[in-house]
Amino acid sequence: MSTISRPEVEHLARLARIDMTDEELDRMAGQLGAVLDAVQQVASVVSDDVPATSHPVPLTNVTRPDVVRPGLSAEDALAAAPEAEDGRFRVPQILEEDA
Amino acid sequence: MSGVSELVRWDAARLAEGLRAKVVSSEEVVQAHLERIEAVDGPTSGENPDGVHAFLHVDAEGALARARRIDADRAAGAVLGPLAGVPIGVKDVLTTRGMPTTCGSRMLEGWVPPYDATVVRELHGAGLVVLGKTNMDEFAMGSTTEHSAFGPTRNPWDPTRIPGGSGGGSAAALAAFEAPLTIGSDTGGSIRQPAAVTGTVGVKPTYGGVSRYGLVALASSLDQAGPCGRTVLDTALLHAVIAGHDPYDSTSIPEAVPDVVGAARLGAGGDLTGVKVGVVRELSGEGYEPGVLARFTEALDELRAAGAEVVELSLPNIVHALAAYYLILPSEASSNLAKYDGMRYGLRVTPAGDGVTAEQVMRATRAAGFGDEAKRRIILGTYALSAGYYDAYYGSAQKVRTLVQRDFAAAFGQVDVLVSPTAPTTAYRLGEKLDDPLAMYAGDVATIPANLAGIPGMSLPVGLSDGLPVGLQVLAPQQADDRLYRVGAALEARLTATWGGPLLAQVPEWKGLSA
Amino acid sequence: MSTTDVELVDYDEAVAEFDPVLGLEVHVELSTVTKMFSAAPTEFGAAPNTQVDPTSLGLPGALPVLNAKALESAVRIGLALNCTIASYCRFARKNYFYPDMPKNFQTSQYDEPIAYDGWLDVDVPASEDGSKPAFTYRVLIERAHMEEDTGKSLHVGGSTGRIHGAEYSLVDYNRAGIPLIEIVTRPLEGTGDRAPDVARAYVAALRDVLRSLDVSDVKMEQGSLRCDVNLSLRPTPDSPLGTRSETKNVNSLRSVERAVRYEVSRHAAVLRAGERVVQETRHWHEDTGLTTSGREKSDAEDYRYFPEPDLVPITPDPAWVEELRAALPEPPAQRRKRLQAEWGFSDLEMRDTANAGAVDLVEATVAAGASPAGARKWWTGELSRRANAEGVELSALRVGPADVAELQALVEAGTLTDRLAREALDGMLAGEGSAAEVVESRGLAVVSDESALVAAVDAAIAANPGVVEKIRGGKAQAAGALIGAVMKEMRGKADAARVRELVVERVGG
Repeated sequence: MSTISRPEVEHLARLARIDMTDEELDRMAGQLGAVLDAVQQVASVVSDDVPATSHPVPLTNVTRPDVVRPGLSAEDALAAAPEAEDGRFRVPQILEEDA
Repeated sequence: MSGVSELVRWDAARLAEGLRAKVVSSEEVVQAHLERIEAVDGPTSGENPDGVHAFLHVDAEGALARARRIDADRAAGAVLGPLAGVPIGVKDVLTTRGMPTTCGSRMLEGWVPPYDATVVRELHGAGLVVLGKTNMDEFAMGSTTEHSAFGPTRNPWDPTRIPGGSGGGSAAALAAFEAPLTIGSDTGGSIRQPAAVTGTVGVKPTYGGVSRYGLVALASSLDQAGPCGRTVLDTALLHAVIAGHDPYDSTSIPEAVPDVVGAARLGAGGDLTGVKVGVVRELSGEGYEPGVLARFTEALDELRAAGAEVVELSLPNIVHALAAYYLILPSEASSNLAKYDGMRYGLRVTPAGDGVTAEQVMRATRAAGFGDEAKRRIILGTYALSAGYYDAYYGSAQKVRTLVQRDFAAAFGQVDVLVSPTAPTTAYRLGEKLDDPLAMYAGDVATIPANLAGIPGMSLPVGLSDGLPVGLQVLAPQQADDRLYRVGAALEARLTATWGGPLLAQVPEWKGLSA
Repeated sequence: MSTTDVELVDYDEAVAEFDPVLGLEVHVELSTVTKMFSAAPTEFGAAPNTQVDPTSLGLPGALPVLNAKALESAVRIGLALNCTIASYCRFARKNYFYPDMPKNFQTSQYDEPIAYDGWLDVDVPASEDGSKPAFTYRVLIERAHMEEDTGKSLHVGGSTGRIHGAEYSLVDYNRAGIPLIEIVTRPLEGTGDRAPDVARAYVAALRDVLRSLDVSDVKMEQGSLRCDVNLSLRPTPDSPLGTRSETKNVNSLRSVERAVRYEVSRHAAVLRAGERVVQETRHWHEDTGLTTSGREKSDAEDYRYFPEPDLVPITPDPAWVEELRAALPEPPAQRRKRLQAEWGFSDLEMRDTANAGAVDLVEATVAAGASPAGARKWWTGELSRRANAEGVELSALRVGPADVAELQALVEAGTLTDRLAREALDGMLAGEGSAAEVVESRGLAVVSDESALVAAVDAAIAANPGVVEKIRGGKAQAAGALIGAVMKEMRGKADAARVRELVVERVGG
């Protein structure tokens, strides 16, 4: 039984920016443990010499020319903003500096 | 069909013919479908609607205006596409300029995209008339459509049952005669499994065959939009409209689309002489309902009768496909769904108190905006991608993906197509699997391998079990989507003859829960 | 989060006691006209949120497609930095939440950069006082990779502009998705007390390389070239690497040098006090010359990198790479040495020319016929002053190399004095035409009509008998007053040396 601890779920929820109640954390820990049990077989069926597949279709070198195409107007860009001011998206105070 | 035009019973090919011959107008056809929607679809919101609830949004005025424009163009002698004037429903996971796009989530309630998905642009370009947006599990996560934030869709065959998912709305709209064609999206079976449990046809094209631009991402390396119809030919006609290279999608295949319509017409002759069909041993035994296996076996007999050579073969690694999928999907989803944070669009929840920070708003917004299934998968994906677990989980899953691809390559060295039941069971009852995610995930066992390998797959109806539809899945190599249509059309032709008409002729008239 | 307050250790003492190890991460904004992954425009200074499209705004459903020019620029930068170009590489998603990042992941490259294992030889100049000699340092380049820029936040309320105490922020996504190349060095070891000079010289040399490739504006003040300085100290060069700090926002060459000095002093103080250096991000403050503590790097920072499924792998065609390699411009340092020899400039003259950003302009002016010394004088002198006064680049001035060559030719032919030439330049900068046209229209040419000069000299002699008396009495320097009077009469359009000759001649006669 692979278990995933409550503090671990709490940490993951913080990483994923989702507030969770104690009850949710408990439930999530139980359900995730069960799912992980069911999926952890993958580690035992593959060996080092098997390459990983990140893209199902073998395309490479897809690019586009450096030519401007019309994008969105500022009005369209901001139309769905919960809050906007001076042509910008207004967001609550940011505590941490940029990474 | 009391009070509602018989036109809604016409399949798309017949409607197209009628429109071309000016026997009917697009306006009449669209009006008939809008009336049908009005009659059976019930409220498009609310906790427990009594209707089919296939649609989340219906744009009656827009659809009628477009239909009149198509009629005018036709009258003026304009050259129109083969499906011009035919109405269509679009899964609410594709962006539609000026029309709400919610992905079945509170997070995007009321969001009106400023741009059209490429698929939607193609539909407009071909003259199809978008009726509205169809219901789905939130962000396409689920196999029942019960995970829609706006209430479930009901199965037209039995209102107490689910229509499959995530594209239950697109499938139910077909089975309830609310639309002759719909667009779905398939990440692990979300087109094929709903098709199976509603007695309709659905195709997941080759990955990269249909543009993903404007398809709201669940798992980018698995997602694929595709056509849904009531017949194999209808589905092929729609496939031909939406498939093709798109420079806005880096993963779009530049090669020409195979002639799917030609293949469907060829197959309709019912002759499969020289075609080798492989039965996947791992996808037709344990865990499959007897009724499902019975219909599947009968279908194999029909394939033989059509002249196909049917052999059984093994794809040993696909038993691990489900596990790999439930690591890859949540991992990619956790990243794709990060953008929903209440900063730029969609829901914003601001906790009470002074000095609330952006991070607190993000956390509260995501807590309120996502349902349980979305949260479960986001947390699981966050875990699987974490530094200490990446190799064991995500890394290993991507390797399993390689093994699955190799299995398919080997199999397609021996046969032209592979077949299996689309789903192990017929439609569940609403609520049956709601609190048992593992049981729900297990229902995707037969459809998931195609997404991992990027190959095309079709589900088509092969009969009923206890009054509920059973689907058969056809799989083909990448970029050989035409084979699905040839084999599917042949099987459909023979079965339809056996049934004395389309299976959907047997769907009971909708009476809602009072049935 | 905060660092213990400690008295800084004097820099010289610090480097005598500890061995500094540098690491430099430079972000270069490419000067493509569209973004890294979409066709939205990249105009600098546009109205907020007007340079966006569904992709750069991270709208649901939008997808990235790589800019071919950005890829080419990345490969050229890699080649110019003597890197190996990857035969296969992918993009990766770097997952973290931040309001100025539309998708809440940055599309970047992780373990598969487009270019890796390179080097750049950097000429570190002698110290101003000459006490420390010039030398060449080979900076090893670990990697150069492609990524996208983020949007920009404006912090409002509190002490406006600062993040701390702000009430809310306003986000502009115009910059989001602009192509960046991040160039990361390996640890720079063995710089000793010259660490600040090496850091500065490296960034300057890198800037020159990028400018020669014409891939970026490389304007540090506009943020198109941004530098993060990593620094650690260790007791001796044999010791393992110490804990490093990562100082951000170091956006001028002088700041690079100062930030390194400051961090050396600060680390030394922390270590001397027997404390542990905190691995953290620090912020450089241009005004105070200090760094302050930013964010502590912790285990919680897990970017969950994975290959970007929406972009396909890149496998550069070796023939294409060789084509790009063959077409690379001459490396700036090599070119500078060649030109210095050709022009006969001293080290100082060459450095002034380079610092003024005038090497190309001098070269073109010489090519247009001017003498190297004359061309240098104009570009590093008068024209640099005019450009500074107008706040523009030299190359943005209204006069170009051909104009300057023409002007200088007029000076050398004796048609213009230096003062008249500057006046002609005024006209040229005002758009009045070529040097010859301005000389003509403003009537600036030196008066070479001998009779007019003689008349003016004679008039001056007649008007100043006292001065004439002094000159005749042996006070030769008194001639200056007469010369001045003549020049005034001629409105400067006379050759002062000829006037002097005439004065001596006429007074004496």
